[in-house]
Amino acid sequence: MSSVKAPLQKKSELPHGTRFSSTSVLAGNDVISFPDYPAEIRAPAGTLEGVSSFDLSFSSSEIYTTADYLEVLVAMNPAALKANIKDLEKGGILILNSDSFAENDLRKAKYKENPLETGELNEYRVVQIPITKLTLKAVEETGLSHRDGARCKNFFALGVVKWLFVRPLEQTQDWIEEKFKRPEIAKANSLALQAGYNYAITVELFHARYHVPAAVLPSGEYRQITGSQALALGCVAASCRSGLSLLYASYPITPASDILHELAQYKNFGVKTIQAEDEIAAISSSIGSAFGGALAVTGTSGPGLDLKSEAIGYAVMTELPVVVLNVQRGGPSTGLPTKAEQTDLLAAMYGRHGEAPVPVLAASTPGDCFYMVLEAFRLALKYMTPVIVLSDGGLANASEPWKIPDENQLPDLTPSFHTDPENFSPYQRNQQTLARNWAIPGTPGLEHRLGGLEKDSITGEISYEPENHERMVLLRDEKIKRIKNDLPPLEVIGPGKNKLLVVSWGSVYGSVFSAIEELQAERYPVSMLHLRHLNPFQQNLAKILNNFDKILVPEMNLGQLSRLLRAEFLVDTISFSKLQGRPFLISEIRSKVLELLGSK
Amino acid sequence: MNIPVKPLSSVPLTKADFVSDQTVRWCPGCGDYSILANVQKIMPELNIPKENIVFVSGIGCSSRFPYYMDTYGLHTLHGRAPAFATGLKVARPDLNVWLVTGDGDGLSIGGNQLLHMLRRNLDVNVLLFNNRIYGLTKGQYSPTSEQGKVTKSTPFGSPDMPLNPMLFALSAGATFIARTFDVDAKGMQEIFKEAAKHKGTSFVEIYQNCNIFNDGTFAPIYERSVREERILRLKHGEPFIFGKNRNKGIRLNGLKPEVVELGNGTNENDLLKHDQYSKDSTLANLLSSFDFPAFPVPMGVLRQVRNSIYGEIIEQQIKTQLEEKGEGKLTDLLRGTHVWTN
Repeated sequence: MSSVKAPLQKKSELPHGTRFSSTSVLAGNDVISFPDYPAEIRAPAGTLEGVSSFDLSFSSSEIYTTADYLEVLVAMNPAALKANIKDLEKGGILILNSDSFAENDLRKAKYKENPLETGELNEYRVVQIPITKLTLKAVEETGLSHRDGARCKNFFALGVVKWLFVRPLEQTQDWIEEKFKRPEIAKANSLALQAGYNYAITVELFHARYHVPAAVLPSGEYRQITGSQALALGCVAASCRSGLSLLYASYPITPASDILHELAQYKNFGVKTIQAEDEIAAISSSIGSAFGGALAVTGTSGPGLDLKSEAIGYAVMTELPVVVLNVQRGGPSTGLPTKAEQTDLLAAMYGRHGEAPVPVLAASTPGDCFYMVLEAFRLALKYMTPVIVLSDGGLANASEPWKIPDENQLPDLTPSFHTDPENFSPYQRNQQTLARNWAIPGTPGLEHRLGGLEKDSITGEISYEPENHERMVLLRDEKIKRIKNDLPPLEVIGPGKNKLLVVSWGSVYGSVFSAIEELQAERYPVSMLHLRHLNPFQQNLAKILNNFDKILVPEMNLGQLSRLLRAEFLVDTISFSKLQGRPFLISEIRSKVLELLGSK
Repeated sequence: MNIPVKPLSSVPLTKADFVSDQTVRWCPGCGDYSILANVQKIMPELNIPKENIVFVSGIGCSSRFPYYMDTYGLHTLHGRAPAFATGLKVARPDLNVWLVTGDGDGLSIGGNQLLHMLRRNLDVNVLLFNNRIYGLTKGQYSPTSEQGKVTKSTPFGSPDMPLNPMLFALSAGATFIARTFDVDAKGMQEIFKEAAKHKGTSFVEIYQNCNIFNDGTFAPIYERSVREERILRLKHGEPFIFGKNRNKGIRLNGLKPEVVELGNGTNENDLLKHDQYSKDSTLANLLSSFDFPAFPVPMGVLRQVRNSIYGEIIEQQIKTQLEEKGEGKLTDLLRGTHVWTN
């Protein structure tokens, strides 16, 4: 269920709220709305008394009341903000008209300091839009006066919100045609509506809503965190826990840019960020820094992952530790930059020429992004390998309450640089992990050369010898496979032997968990297994899969994990796909499970 | 280059200390041999412990260079050496980083990387071996090949206009550009040492003969018998004079440079003078555009200026932030600004 509070300056403008609710009804949602406006017909705009609002809840399932908290609040001025902010949930979207936060506006709302500057809005996802200016620009062609033109700004805001919740514009446009007799007013409102919608697309506002499985949160200290923040914090934590200085090189790309924005702030943690000239340069700089002994990481999204594939192969060959964060979005090509998909799994697994195995991890929730980054660095440093972490556009922008970890409970990632010149070779390996020696420039007596050409398995010098190449291919493969021994066993949610197992990975965790929890409470014979390690798979996976009659794999792709499971374990998995840029609904998982159990 | 003042880790080094144990695998007679020997020759003079030196290269014949230097080395991806070097130098400002590339690696596939490294003025030394051909892929034309060049991939002549590496570097904001050639040991050594001293990106183009796929491409310019007539040796503060008898010079006629004979009323004072340190890049642009046969080819340092350096700015920002905020504490960062208890 989602709830949104739209602004209303005056009672006469009520229809904007009703416009939204009626399109929601038409879109098949259950809708409850609660208009809230003052008794005065026209209380002075901008004062606390003059604030009107329209509270709306809509949901795909039955609802009985408006939601307790708002997920979105549109505040046209400081007064509207002050009056309604208490209802906005932590992490909720706060859309503000930045044109109405001048001193005068603040005074009218009795704000002593500008709330945009005091940090009091930090726990919300604040989206500042110069709504008045943009509206006036949008309606310019109609020749309306400044005053009349500015009145259209509610339609602009409505356009933004419509995009946010994927509502169609058509009905509202038809309604505008009917409602406003003066054609230039109708035209202006329609233009403002469209402009707001277009603005949201252009600045890539996200509509990602995250369904946290209903559970009683364990006691402790919490904060709100988005997936992007969690990835960034994970990088800084890994730097602190390894003693290595972090170097993040990245090229701006939606929806991964926020990681760069976050990390660029942490200079007092010794974090160095490079906004590279392109995707290839970004990963190349990361690998260069890894050669120098830095904690190397780069971030990107689908198209950038394609461009980085050659360099990832280089890191496989030179066996240098580098973490690649891939925030998946709709593809192929430019695809759906702001929507979530899980379509890069096979690219992460196999998207390189040659035999180039790479560990692949996937985060399940915004907060889990933090732990997956730490795990990625642990593996990268311990096994001297590039590691790919998969997030997605949904996780990146969604936020959830996050239990603040104890710094000292985080894994110790201190690497051991090789310093002994006695019989040194850069390709000598740890017999247990098969990781090669990491010797960094500045270490006397260990001068050596790395490169993408095949190396002799002992000396590390260039070698074109056929048997040596095969030996090296197998060594690199075996090294990644051995990571299996270093992973905790998987735990099945529900009975370990059952009729149906639902296997999930990545951000589908939320809806699958919610559905399974419901179904298990209703005593259906279904269990769940969630994978965070996708390469290598955990050791007990084969055994678990064999304990179920049927295996369902819901994914936001055409069955990529399903295919991997089939290939690796010879099991008859059933793929369940959704590719709409949106997560599965709980009800969709539920119906599919019931269908497979023959209970539908 | 920023040379760290650090005691040597061993006794004064010699050329032999920089020769690796790898067999050099360039074709016999290749110009690369002489470049390698002269780089190894000047290395001890830099007084940098060799463990602090890194040679980074891309792909191509020239890019095998790091394997033959007994320093740290990174033989990277085709065209991407500048990006690898950027990450390395930003992470490790204490290192002395050299970058070896070629006309294909640096100006074709890696044009973007080279452009942006020059623009940022990363503190590294670039040696661009220009042989006007693709050698490692066996003889296709390169971005510096002459238009009309007949190669395996252009049996009827190359339709491409060639790129001028000096003008390319200059327009990218290079703070040090120089040119030398593979048979001029003395000239190379001087330029390499100058490049090493410069703070910021030092960009050195080296005319290099590929005796297999493009033999003699620069012979009309630097062949011993014609060299003095066709090369303009640059020296800061000195007029542009060339010729066996030092009887030719270059002067400006309006905005156009022209070659003149000295004598008959024309003397040194009429000629352009080299100003290697000029902030204004007009002269450097003019010099970079001199090409054979209309003009003698300038050899030496065409331009050397100071500008801010990429890695140093990053270091400075870290310093400032540390002063302002104090060393970051992970616990505080994890807690963020709004914490509640459940």
